[in-house]
Amino acid sequence: MVRVTIQHEDFDVGREFDALHAGDGGVGAVVGFVGTVRGRDGGQPVQALELEHYPGMTERTIEAMIDVAVPRFGLHAARVIHRVGLLSAGDNIVFVGVAAAHRGAAFEGCEFLMDYLKTQAPFWKKETTPEGTRWVDARAADDAALARWGQTSDNGAAT
Amino acid sequence: MKIHVRYFASLREALGPGEIVELPDIATLGRLRAELAARGGRYAEVLDRGRAVRCALNQVMSDEAAVVRDGAEVAFFPPVTGG
Repeated sequence: MVRVTIQHEDFDVGREFDALHAGDGGVGAVVGFVGTVRGRDGGQPVQALELEHYPGMTERTIEAMIDVAVPRFGLHAARVIHRVGLLSAGDNIVFVGVAAAHRGAAFEGCEFLMDYLKTQAPFWKKETTPEGTRWVDARAADDAALARWGQTSDNGAAT
Repeated sequence: MKIHVRYFASLREALGPGEIVELPDIATLGRLRAELAARGGRYAEVLDRGRAVRCALNQVMSDEAAVVRDGAEVAFFPPVTGG
């Protein structure tokens, strides 16, 4: 099963959930996260969101994250789909799904991958608002989220 | 030695998608960044100390102490904001 896909097109959440446990009788829990484009950011309407990435590094980075998550949480399967290009409010951006024997590991594994992705995968968002376009700033809160897993990141730091 | 330098997001908008940079000798990522910033103008504006710049060496997120060798691919970009 392909684990990482970077694509312009939308994804089918139902089909991804099915694929995560298809043919594996040991799976008792599938957890998935979908990130979407907010129509407002800090009170300002967001008309469009453009996503840029670093082809090659993006896939390698996310594959490496999955290699860490699978043994750590005992995952049976993991899947990450991230969209790039021009998106509109309400569109799907990202899918992270994992399968495990029990729900605890599945919830944790999914959140771990998402926290990792936010701070380590080379994606950049640019918003279009009525006042023009602007690059979205990294958030220190995302580094703090990763720190809960014993992983350090200074992505959102000032320098 | 020749280094393939790439820029992304706001740095790409300021400096273009990338370039080949000639360096006299093996250097660290920090040294390469400083040499580029020393060109002045837009390079200084986006790469100077105090600007939030992240770097990758051969497509792996790396800190400025990482050693760059001939033929390396180096990328400079702002903090990442995916997900």
